[in-house]
Amino acid sequence: MSEANQQPARVGFWKAVGDGLSGVFGPVRRGVEGVGVHLVLLAQVFYWGVRRPFRSRLFLDAAEYIGVGSLPIISLVGAFTGAVTALQAVNALRILKAEGFSGSMTGMTLALELAPVLTGLMLAGRVGAGIATEIGTMRITEQIDALETMAVSPIQYLVVPRVVAGTIMAPILSLFFFLIGMVGAYIVAVYVENVDPGSFVENFRWTVDPKHIIQGLIKSVVFGMALTLIGCNQGYHASGGGRGVGLATTRAVVVGSVTILILDYFLSDVLLAVLK
Amino acid sequence: MTDDPAQRDDRWQIRIRGLHKRFAPDAPEVLTGVDLDFERGKVNVVIGGSGQGKSVLIKHVIGLLVPTSGHVWVDGVDVHSLDSTRLAEFRRKFGMVFQTSALFDSLTVEENVAFPLVEHTKYGRHEIRDRVMDKLKVLGLDGAEGKFPGELSGGMRKRVGLARALMLEPEIILYDEPTTGLDPIITENVDNMIIDVAKQFHVTSVVISHDMASVFRIADRIAMIHDGMIEQAGTVDEIRNTSNPYVRKFITTSGVEAAVAA
Repeated sequence: MSEANQQPARVGFWKAVGDGLSGVFGPVRRGVEGVGVHLVLLAQVFYWGVRRPFRSRLFLDAAEYIGVGSLPIISLVGAFTGAVTALQAVNALRILKAEGFSGSMTGMTLALELAPVLTGLMLAGRVGAGIATEIGTMRITEQIDALETMAVSPIQYLVVPRVVAGTIMAPILSLFFFLIGMVGAYIVAVYVENVDPGSFVENFRWTVDPKHIIQGLIKSVVFGMALTLIGCNQGYHASGGGRGVGLATTRAVVVGSVTILILDYFLSDVLLAVLK
Repeated sequence: MTDDPAQRDDRWQIRIRGLHKRFAPDAPEVLTGVDLDFERGKVNVVIGGSGQGKSVLIKHVIGLLVPTSGHVWVDGVDVHSLDSTRLAEFRRKFGMVFQTSALFDSLTVEENVAFPLVEHTKYGRHEIRDRVMDKLKVLGLDGAEGKFPGELSGGMRKRVGLARALMLEPEIILYDEPTTGLDPIITENVDNMIIDVAKQFHVTSVVISHDMASVFRIADRIAMIHDGMIEQAGTVDEIRNTSNPYVRKFITTSGVEAAVAA
């Protein structure tokens, strides 16, 4: 076989190897790029967040949308999550004749995991999607370009108030979720499952420390920052008309939810070591 | 007049040289080497078909897009050499009227028009309101101050966009297809508005359009962009009497041949 005939075969082999590697590492590369893009946006939020003018009205609007607007859904989900957790705990512990410990089990589960994670997931669905849609619509209707032409930083005007409001409101909502959840748990355990109220409360107080609640609140701070940052980023880079805004909204919810679950593991690992 | 575009020139305020733009490494070039000057204090119109790069060109002038290569100088300042802080300051020379008007949905007409003053001046609330009302009255928008953009007609939205662009008394106004989608009467009103603003405020106007009837009404100079390059640029008479077959075809097929001949 002549050399001229061998050359395409070699090129084809290396191209196939390249395509194969890119197929394997492509998602990894895109994931790393995605993390990088969000870290750059976070750095811009810090840069613009400490510079004048401070637009308190925009922050209050965002805080109202994220915080007050989310209270009904957080209350509803919190109450039923607490109730079902207590129901399962009582029935599991009844086997050991230890129903009284349902207060501590429900309290720990809510404080450490369910309150911050479910609040984060609720906010990713409601707030992350809302932010991506609003900013995405502003992008495709040239409102973000208009801000830039009027010498106003879109990061400072649009992203900073939302990320700051999300970071502050998420732990407050998470605490609210925990409190409502415990009320729901108490009602189910005591009035439906006939657990002794004294042992429910005493076991809760004996087991659940302030450090457990703080651990949940620290997670909520990170989740609030992450999900608003993701919503803003998806909207900010939306393109392609209404379909593009729809895709940005979907991605904000999916990426936000997955990020919260991944962050939850790593944060739990670190916080368990630090707050031991 | 100087031939060095990096020097301030009394006649040419905006100078573009060798401008190329490609949005992705494997995408075709949208601008393939634009060389063009815009005259100070005149209405400069860029014409061309859809997708020829008109809006992309104008967005390079104000620094909304970064070129793949080439330069844009405004009064001798290379727009794309400025850092973000200096670029923001530099943009206060400009007002821009967008094709979609780009009014903020969540703000009323009054708040939209007041926006540049609130952001960049220390005027009190009453001073800002007075200035906004004056501008709305000049543009025939009195009574609309409490409405939201969604409640306005296309022509009113354009006028609100123009009012907002004029609030900081810019030296240069960029109009991105200001009459697209408007009926002939409103189109004529918007054209008159562009001419009035240019005369009244002595601004340099750069207008992107493919509406030739409108172009011949407002233009002092016309440049034709085709396939990402300048096909021809010159005065209105030079374009009217052009021998360039593509420019001729563009004008005649737009249905304004009679007006051109007149």
